Amino acid sequence: MSVEATTLPASARALSGRQIAWGLFGAAVVLTLLQYAGLLPAWLHRLPEAAVPNFALWLDTIFNFIKDDLGLLALTRFLTDGLEWLLDFSANILFGKRRFPNIGPVPWTAVAAVAAVIGYYLGGWKLAVLGGGTMVWTALIGQWKIAMQTMSVLAIAAPLAFMIGLSLGVAAWKYPWVDRVIKPVLSVLQTLPFFTYLLPAVIFFKVGPTAGAVATTIYAIPPMILMTTLGLKKVSPEVIEAGKMSGCTKGQMLRHVYIPSARTEILVGVNQVIMLCLAMVVLTAFIGMPGLGAKLLAMMGSFKLGRSFEIGVTIVLLAVMLDRMSKAWVIKQPKHFERGTPFWKRHAMLLLGIALFVGFMLVSLAVPFFAEVGRGQDFSQGKELDNLIKGFLNIEVVKATTGFLRAFLNVQVLIPFRNFMLSIPTPAFILLIAAFAYSLAGRREAIFALVFFSLVALSGWWDRAVITLYSVISAVSLAALIGLPIGILASRTEKWSQRVLLICDTAQTFPSFVYLIPAIMLFGITDIAVIFSILIFAMVPLTRYTIEGLRTVPPEMTEAADMSGATRMQKLWSVQLPLALPTMAVGFNQAIMFAFFMVIIAAFIGTQDLGQELQRTLAGTDLGKNFVLGICVSLMALTFDLTIMKWAADKKRVLGLE
Amino acid sequence: MNKFTTALTAGVLTLAPLSVFAADSDDPIVIPVHNWSSQIVMSNVVGQMLEQNGNAVEYVTTDSQAVYESVRLGDVTLEMEVWEGAFGASFRAAQEKGGIVDVGDHDAVTREDWWYPMWTKEACPGLPSWEALNDCAAVFATAETGDKGRYLDGPVDWLKHGQERVEALGMDFVVVNAGSAAALWAEIGAAEADKRPVVVFNWTPNFAEAVWPGEFVEFPEWVDGCDKDPSVGPNPDALYDCGNPATGYLKKAAWEGMEAKWPSAYAVLEKISFTNPQIAEMAKMVDIDEMEPEEAAEVWLENNKDVWESWLN
Repeated sequence: MSVEATTLPASARALSGRQIAWGLFGAAVVLTLLQYAGLLPAWLHRLPEAAVPNFALWLDTIFNFIKDDLGLLALTRFLTDGLEWLLDFSANILFGKRRFPNIGPVPWTAVAAVAAVIGYYLGGWKLAVLGGGTMVWTALIGQWKIAMQTMSVLAIAAPLAFMIGLSLGVAAWKYPWVDRVIKPVLSVLQTLPFFTYLLPAVIFFKVGPTAGAVATTIYAIPPMILMTTLGLKKVSPEVIEAGKMSGCTKGQMLRHVYIPSARTEILVGVNQVIMLCLAMVVLTAFIGMPGLGAKLLAMMGSFKLGRSFEIGVTIVLLAVMLDRMSKAWVIKQPKHFERGTPFWKRHAMLLLGIALFVGFMLVSLAVPFFAEVGRGQDFSQGKELDNLIKGFLNIEVVKATTGFLRAFLNVQVLIPFRNFMLSIPTPAFILLIAAFAYSLAGRREAIFALVFFSLVALSGWWDRAVITLYSVISAVSLAALIGLPIGILASRTEKWSQRVLLICDTAQTFPSFVYLIPAIMLFGITDIAVIFSILIFAMVPLTRYTIEGLRTVPPEMTEAADMSGATRMQKLWSVQLPLALPTMAVGFNQAIMFAFFMVIIAAFIGTQDLGQELQRTLAGTDLGKNFVLGICVSLMALTFDLTIMKWAADKKRVLGLE
Repeated sequence: MNKFTTALTAGVLTLAPLSVFAADSDDPIVIPVHNWSSQIVMSNVVGQMLEQNGNAVEYVTTDSQAVYESVRLGDVTLEMEVWEGAFGASFRAAQEKGGIVDVGDHDAVTREDWWYPMWTKEACPGLPSWEALNDCAAVFATAETGDKGRYLDGPVDWLKHGQERVEALGMDFVVVNAGSAAALWAEIGAAEADKRPVVVFNWTPNFAEAVWPGEFVEFPEWVDGCDKDPSVGPNPDALYDCGNPATGYLKKAAWEGMEAKWPSAYAVLEKISFTNPQIAEMAKMVDIDEMEPEEAAEVWLENNKDVWESWLN
């Protein structure tokens, strides 16, 4: 009842807003109908090419000025040398690249032993098995070198991102103006497609690992900044007081009071940095970064599905291992020993690690297999798996199903939908989006939508932008059709909620690239594979937030529904779902953001959208065009982000859930 | 004093060819690797040859168009396969900017264009003329392309301008880009099973011609400037309204500074020249026999000692 009472005045206020939204919608429909009737002048249907400002050229001029005349290139090339030295160092240690200090590669057995010890130290036997097992699998399957190529960049990029993120986070917390400047930049950075990070990285930081490391680092910084600021803001006044009373200087306050108190948030930030770095390092294969990603790209391209699958497993294992270990580190509190505990007891794990490391180093001198799994010695079953998968796909039923889905979805659903979206005149489309933003969020968001989408139209990439949007919308809708029922069903019992949440959590740690594997396996290089890969990627947050939303419905509400004799269906539709909707909207938003991310990566399969143009720019030096395309994607994603998040926040307040 | 230095330098320079063999720098020679098999194997073959020559070698995976910029800047030392049709433009552009040198042509002659396996001719007897191909566009239709025909083009980063040609010649085809070269072979392989007509991007030298006999589609003959001047070619208002050159070169290119820094390796590079069958064989070892590229290079070097040993100093 209280819900009813609070929504009433809100809906009265929203009425005028709703009218405006309907007005915008009506105008859009009229424009579209005029177009269908052939009455709309061509310049209203699509912006004439002559009217498109040459943003790319202007940007190129600006970039060239900064790059050459202001000497940024000289500066970055100077930084490149330092970075290259670091990367060569880790590359030498991990896979024996012939550079300083010329002592690597470390035998795989020694690395596996150390990983197991670290796992044990952080989380007991389970993590020890996970850590050691991952390394043993990687070596025995014959992917040690490429995995270490990936890890050697990760080992440099993640600490860099951590340090830069931490410093910026502290600065943003200390000086409000930094915070104000950083916030909008961060939200653009988080929606900018990854390909837009890659090209400047190559131009400024040289092709190869350096560019990969730079792009990866920049991509992983934003969550670190956010988590640092969040943690520092939450430090309780008592702790600060205590620090001040013991006479700490400013530096001491930060080092000994603030940062230790914000430890948990900062470590959560570290976890996110590591996971993002891994996901990105794999994607830098597109600019020629060798390693797991490059091999996966090559294998998927050649339909060697068995090998792709094995590499996918390695990537997933590494991701899960890094995730679990860094999460265990978050909850592990520092251990304190009694005064007088002997050194070896305090550092038992460290000593064990060193002992095993040295031990395996020595053993591997005697037994070469323990140092390196040679060619032909690995246990890769690529070819057999290949035949197995191809055999499975050749079973009549499977073939008929995928063939039917391909034909049905394409011909009956997707292509008509795409053609419909393309048939809407540009101004009508912009009005539609504005109406959508107005009805959900309000005037401010509607204006943003109007401006953002007009900019996309001005960029001259409208048709490709619409096709991008079409992929996102169709994939997210299909994902909702599958993901929401799963979430609703799972949330009925505690046991299944936990299980599905665990699956979702794990799936979210997978680098996005991995999601392309099943799509290509089932559907080959077709439009459906693109939609399918986005679909499974976007389904994860949808399911997850549905479960979380339904489970956090206040028990009083469900009890009240039970007491008034509601059936299960009535309870679900009239009580639980409306209350869970704001949380589910957050999931929806995340799904859309994921979809925007994935649709660009899926250019690899072969799309007709902005992603393909973006990938094409990677082959040249068109920094301006690359940037314009990236901003187009970012603007569309931001429109949805702003609108849906505002709606969820409003709804939560109205429902009294905050 | 100054004169003396000049004379000394001149003297040293004239003597240089005699002493070059010991003068190679210890820095690694950076060899780029791209996304098609023959180039990967050839790069490994040349890398292993240079290693025998006493050089340190490193491989980087790079984009096949962007590589010319990298060679120009010295980030990458050489490029083994400059195809006239595909990379001629990028190579010439880099050459104009300076920093990249032409190290001569391979023996091999290249052609790259729309191609079909022989069985396609049964469904579309007018081939190889492009007008005939266009008339039976419907034969090549798929679920995704509706009533238009599908043409499977090379990966986007090869910049094949298939789309531009379809528009310039007004063809009823939809251009779909394959993810990699191997995706093209998979498509031909899949089509072979039920003798489905396909038209895909292909090139020679390539192992594919031995496995699947086929022909290139005959487009309006290539005329210089077809990619720059709209008035050239049958459509006066469009670029790319011609086929690709039918006998293109396959060139080696190197960073300007290579000769001074690794004179001995440069001398080897100058002598290297592969033929069409040799290149096809390299590609086959990876694409059909499923060897790893390094392994394929080792095997090739083992089997063809008579070819390459004379190239070393």
